[in-house]
Amino acid sequence: MKNLIANLQKVFDSRIRLGIMSVLMVNESVDFNALKELLELTDGNLASHLKALEQQEIIVVSKQFVGRKPSTTYRATPHGKELFQQHLAALEALISNK
Amino acid sequence: MKTVATNPKEDLQAIRDIMERSSKFLSLSGLSGVFAGFCALAGATYLWWSILGPNQLNFSQALAGGLFTTRLLSVALTVLVAAFLGAVYFSYRKAGRAGQPLWTLTTRRSLIHFLIPLATGGIFCFVLIQGKMEGLVIPASMVFYGLALVNVGKFTFGELHYLGLIQILLGFLAVYLVAFDLVIWSAGFGIFHIIYGALMYHRYER
Repeated sequence: MKNLIANLQKVFDSRIRLGIMSVLMVNESVDFNALKELLELTDGNLASHLKALEQQEIIVVSKQFVGRKPSTTYRATPHGKELFQQHLAALEALISNK
Repeated sequence: MKTVATNPKEDLQAIRDIMERSSKFLSLSGLSGVFAGFCALAGATYLWWSILGPNQLNFSQALAGGLFTTRLLSVALTVLVAAFLGAVYFSYRKAGRAGQPLWTLTTRRSLIHFLIPLATGGIFCFVLIQGKMEGLVIPASMVFYGLALVNVGKFTFGELHYLGLIQILLGFLAVYLVAFDLVIWSAGFGIFHIIYGALMYHRYER
């Protein structure tokens, strides 16, 4: 049981971060507005969580211009995907252990 | 014993939900299929009643004759546009009911993957007509439409994959049963759309 909980990643504690990762697991890359739309969040809230994930190298950010508009897209790093998988496995294990 | 603050069951449910919502266009309504089917049947009936029946022609012959080409193609195009507008309307309604915007990442992605094979097919049909191979227009339109459905099935309801396969098979059948080309076309675009749409509505929207 102890092992199972050890695998829960602290960084995914918040539902919002889980949401961000869920999107990035099934989409190669997603821009800020699409994430905002999908998760129904405010700019500030989303940005702060993205920043945190970026600092831990769970996601990478790339900025480019689409026409004249700046666009920021996010993708999950291999490391981030692995951590998320572990987190999922731990969640599942918790359920089946109850 | 409560060891963690999170509720794993709710977390997993939320994850699954977001993964699906962010990767699949789920606002497509079954009613779009039903409506498209009726548009196709109406178009086919009109063609039969106004051109093919009185002149005892099948679709390919009428197209090859040259006399009716514009009318045949405008009816086909009208059916296509009406079916598309219907799809937009019913999807808009479904999205509105679910409290979600219609024009999202998944909508755009589905549309692109649907339109690439479809536009290719449209151009190909145009080339066939120019090359005097009118007999292949109905088969080609059905085969390419089927491919478009198979393609878009990955980004929306997976059932579209099977509707696509049916269209492809019917398309090839139409190569050999040229005399019944309009009947086969009506079965594919009309009847199977209605069946598919009704099934989807029954399964996901009631």
